[in-house]
Amino acid sequence: MTEHTLLEVKDLKVQIPTRRGVLTPVNEVSFTIGRGEIVGVVGESGAGKSITGSAIIGLLDRPARISSGSVTLQGEVISGLNEEQLRRVRGKRIGTVFQDPLTSLDPLMSIGDQLSETAMAHLAISREAAREKALQALIDVGIPAAESRLDAYPHEFSGGMRQRVVIALALIGEPDLIIADEPTTALDVSVQAQVLMLLKRLCRERNTGVMLITHDMGVIAETTDRVVVLYAGRVAEIGNTEQVLTSAKHPYTRGLVGATPNPANMDGDNARLNQIPGSMPGLLALPTGCPFHPRCSEVMPVCKTEQPALTPLGDTTIACHLATEASA
Amino acid sequence: MNDSLISVQSLSRVFDVSKPWLNRVLSGQKRQTLKAVDSVDFTIERGTTYALVGESGSGKSTIAKMLVGLLKPTSGRVHIDGVDLTNASAADIASTRKRIQMIFQDPYASLNPRWRVRDIVGEPIDAFLNVSGAERTRKIDELLEKVGLSSKDGAKFPHEFSGGQRQRIGIARALASDPEFIVCDEPTSALDVSVQAQVLNLMRDLQRDLGLTYLFITHDLAVVRYMADHVGVLYLGRLIESAPRQELFDSPAHPYTQMLINAAPRVDGFGRMHEAADGEIPDPISPPSGCHFHPRCPQRLDACRIEVPVVQHTGRRAVSCLLHGQS
Repeated sequence: MTEHTLLEVKDLKVQIPTRRGVLTPVNEVSFTIGRGEIVGVVGESGAGKSITGSAIIGLLDRPARISSGSVTLQGEVISGLNEEQLRRVRGKRIGTVFQDPLTSLDPLMSIGDQLSETAMAHLAISREAAREKALQALIDVGIPAAESRLDAYPHEFSGGMRQRVVIALALIGEPDLIIADEPTTALDVSVQAQVLMLLKRLCRERNTGVMLITHDMGVIAETTDRVVVLYAGRVAEIGNTEQVLTSAKHPYTRGLVGATPNPANMDGDNARLNQIPGSMPGLLALPTGCPFHPRCSEVMPVCKTEQPALTPLGDTTIACHLATEASA
Repeated sequence: MNDSLISVQSLSRVFDVSKPWLNRVLSGQKRQTLKAVDSVDFTIERGTTYALVGESGSGKSTIAKMLVGLLKPTSGRVHIDGVDLTNASAADIASTRKRIQMIFQDPYASLNPRWRVRDIVGEPIDAFLNVSGAERTRKIDELLEKVGLSSKDGAKFPHEFSGGQRQRIGIARALASDPEFIVCDEPTSALDVSVQAQVLNLMRDLQRDLGLTYLFITHDLAVVRYMADHVGVLYLGRLIESAPRQELFDSPAHPYTQMLINAAPRVDGFGRMHEAADGEIPDPISPPSGCHFHPRCPQRLDACRIEVPVVQHTGRRAVSCLLHGQS
């Protein structure tokens, strides 16, 4: 853990006891986020991306719980905190942006009140100062005619504008880290580009770290510095975004990149998308060994029995027996 | 042009979105209409894929529903292989209808959860083809195998399948009446990337093997680029540009098309910072005057506010923009 590390997630394991057995949607996930760094968490449905995010801010729904591992924010372990202590972390030190802006905002409260209430809760400032701050926050996220919009309600905003307000809310407590869970999935392409550029610009200016959860490889490529690829609750590959996307080492990452349409595999009549056979396994019937082995094109006998450990290979780090073989 | 299967001429659809009568009387409001599709023209050549792309409210799904007959056009014509669907005899419409099928977006909502897969796939056979007994069973098995499922899957229910497999069932059902033309409304937007690739590849293989014609509706430009031969771009109900795929992506002519292509996230766009276009899609009930795109257009002229641009044809490309082909 270096001085620049803002968040360290170490061997995080989330378990949900059910009548049909204990599910482990997040299994020994480790990664770090530095100050001002944008880290992408990518994976398909069921990979455990959102649960990882909820576990970090202590928003897991019962009966899901962190069964082992730790989350450390600026040197302080926050994974064992009680509800009261967590309230001082959420909003103040970690801001959140979720997929659907309409459910993140209170429909019965004006935008200005929501922003200034948040500012007063976290910053110990007067009502007047909080209202000033709310106005500045709306101007920063590019809401036109911000002053007259302070007294407007969420339903009076369009989808893109609402998501800007949610970003303003997440940033108003001046947090060190933002967790953004599919922040642009509900938006149209042109608006998505606006919101992503905004998020990226503000976080760079304020040196805020971002954990960006998404399933879109294009968004990952354009927005993040480093990327964590999750598969069936485990880290498959982790590394610098450009290196992971251009020279992926894990067969799953390589398959995922090949399955995403891009100019190189789209044009020409003989172009063909790479396809990964099958689909993500359910948590109740996880394969033994490496969870990806039934779909993997380079499966070896050892993959069926042993879970590979994270091992550096070339420019990235992968959980794959190809890497353990190479380093042995 | 010489071998077009589908021809759509000045197709329009207006929805009445007025408040109820009493509310209108009490608050003195007028009737309100929404022009979801506004004089759209295009043709689709046999055996090719025509993609309609646009953001929410652009009218893509309304066009799809009118082509398959789920909605009646307010005005305009739809010709399928020479038969005018808007103005033909009932018998002609019935015989044409079986040549058209549709694949829906949501593989969870579009399959009846209480029916077995073989009944779902068999329904179009019963409706359109005069086969029964062993012949019918053989056809269902063959269809399931054609889309990459096994004939044993026929006895299962939809909930036993993953999203990608359900979309395969949807495709098998669409193929059951031996159609020539399939309308695909966002068939992969609910699927994960790796499964999307499986379904897109399957659809391309089926097109090649069976000579199918697709109308492919999506908001995802990357999918368009992989699937389409010809692309039409919609904005608030109007077709603002249409061109062969390569031409459209290499040199988009309409400022909206340029914006759309620029805004789409790219897998190879590392650290790309681009100035995204201003504004959002306006309210379709009271769209901007003149060219609908003018309030967001970086290249707008004074005339754009007043004049509705006329479609200009150059080669196989058609553009509705005052900047183009005015001479």
